[in-house]
Amino acid sequence: MLIVEKNALSEEIESYVNKYGNDRSALLMILHEIQKKHRHISEFAQQEVARLLNIHPVEVYSVISFFAFLNDNPKGRNLVRVCQTISCDMKGKKQVVEAIERELGIKIGNTTKDNKFTVEYANCLGLCDMGPAMAINDRVYTNLTPEKAVELLAKVK
Amino acid sequence: MESIIFNPKEKKRTGPVIFSEYKRGDAIRKIITMSREDILFELKDSKLKGRGGAGFPTSTKWMLTAAAKSDHKFIVCNADEGEPGTFKDRVLLSEYPELVFDGMVIGGYTIGAQQGILYLRGEYEYLLKPLEDYLEDMRKDNLLGNNILGKEGFNFDISIVLGSGAYVCGEETALIESLEGHRGEPRNRPPYPINTGYLGRPTCVNNVETLSAITHIVMKGGSWFSKFGTDKSSGSKLFSVSGDCAKPGVYELPWGIKVSELLKIVEAKNTKAVQIGGASGYCIPKSQFERAIAYEDIPTGGSVMIFDESRDMLHVLKNFMEFFVDESCGQCTPCRIGNHKLLEGVEMIERGEYTFSYINKLKDLGRTMQVTSKCGLGQSSPNPFISILENFKDEIFNRSNGGRNGR
Ligand SMILES: Cc1cc2nc3c(=O)[nH]c(=O)nc-3n(C[C@H](O)[C@H](O)[C@H](O)COP(=O)(O)O)c2cc1C
Ligand code: SF4
Ligand code: FES
Repeated sequence: MLIVEKNALSEEIESYVNKYGNDRSALLMILHEIQKKHRHISEFAQQEVARLLNIHPVEVYSVISFFAFLNDNPKGRNLVRVCQTISCDMKGKKQVVEAIERELGIKIGNTTKDNKFTVEYANCLGLCDMGPAMAINDRVYTNLTPEKAVELLAKVK
Repeated sequence: MESIIFNPKEKKRTGPVIFSEYKRGDAIRKIITMSREDILFELKDSKLKGRGGAGFPTSTKWMLTAAAKSDHKFIVCNADEGEPGTFKDRVLLSEYPELVFDGMVIGGYTIGAQQGILYLRGEYEYLLKPLEDYLEDMRKDNLLGNNILGKEGFNFDISIVLGSGAYVCGEETALIESLEGHRGEPRNRPPYPINTGYLGRPTCVNNVETLSAITHIVMKGGSWFSKFGTDKSSGSKLFSVSGDCAKPGVYELPWGIKVSELLKIVEAKNTKAVQIGGASGYCIPKSQFERAIAYEDIPTGGSVMIFDESRDMLHVLKNFMEFFVDESCGQCTPCRIGNHKLLEGVEMIERGEYTFSYINKLKDLGRTMQVTSKCGLGQSSPNPFISILENFKDEIFNRSNGGRNGR
């Protein structure tokens, strides 16, 4: 990581600390902001958060490792989460996933070679009356068919 | 196809209590003329029980938090809604935010809290911005902030914290842990949050629907509310209905409704089984469809998942157990290891490589988990294992071909 990049990241994290506060109870929202912008929370970012909140970096890591939506390794530029829970399962999540796998040439749980997509399973998204459901980044899509799901991915930049 | 809207203005739903008329701020205007005791009295009269699943009497929880001595108290709205098959809180937040937020303000006034926190599940991130805008509007109208509606010393504001994809954080002590910036691992209880909650302060944690009900109770009175439902289950309940039926969605129905009546309303045909209460609930076969949904008979947080004759109940059970293996926080052994063992058992049945004596041992293990797990997750995750294997044993154990049956 270049020094300028490091400085920029430090500044960014400082702005989150200004927004949410510098005590530990601000941690989840700060991590959330970093994750949203960078799609992962790097070791350097973890150290900066720890420094600014005056806690040990291991504490930050332990929180990241606990939550499904926080990760320390970069993922693809777009994160696709397909609901795997029973109501969506009954409405054909398997066919949706298979279509996505064929189209992107990867198995679920992986990232495409061009780094454009990471495709994962998620547990119930709270859209069970409109399954199958999936999220692309922070947007959600419902009543999917294999064809619609693939069309949606094609529209993503 | 992006059907998720935030539209608090356009209301098409109707219902006896929750989905009845309400205008933002009305309940707040009313409470500033009332004493805390009056509000607690109405709440007691309503016999409202918590809608988050556990069914704890809300007036007791509020009275205890109101009585706790501290200059800092909190009211937390639990919008973690992670139970599979549950989505009514999403509907309340996206269509009726005034009920939820006004309920929190009422809570602040009644228990003496100055800060409210909405813990919104990460999966509902698309609601974050519109809800924050909504709070900003409330501030402009002085429904939040200092000296609310001119009432001297009535200061209250609400912030939103986003969860990050952990079902167990819906458990109130895990939720508080994660709010404090820790891993979302449930705490030992006691102490209870009403004494020692967020930042060690008295904290009242309530479900989205509970708070929405309170807003109506304040407007229309506790005895009006308790006229609906049954003796031990007052008011109405929001049901999240999904699975095999023509009309899935959120329904407001009185407590005490029979399973068969509900199935008729949502136009379910050839129903074989109904899972009530989400993955951690119970699976009811056809022979029990005349039972009532109420605390007296089948209590629930409102998830109703319907399975018709074509469904493979072992597959359903496997999906549930995979969920629990995924979501166990791993803090205590019965749950961490137990759920793995139960899932393994399901896979053994699937392959036709089981003995009845081993499956019976697993059911005993499940019963042990129910009493020895630290939190509600491990205490209830054996429910589907035990109820599905009991209630659908003919279907499940009569499978041939190593259970594959051409499936
Ligand atoms: C594993 C687990 C998950 C839970 N998830 C939720 C939830 O998503 N929403 C909720 O309101 N309560 C949930 N609860 C129940 C809460 O611990 C708590 O009882 C509830 O928020 C209290 O609010 P109420 O009294 O208004 O029901 C969960 C409990 C457990 C054990
Ligand atoms: S029962 Fe499960 S989820 Fe609850 S504390 Fe124990 S391991 Fe964690
Ligand atoms: S089961 Fe897929 S959204 Fe709930």
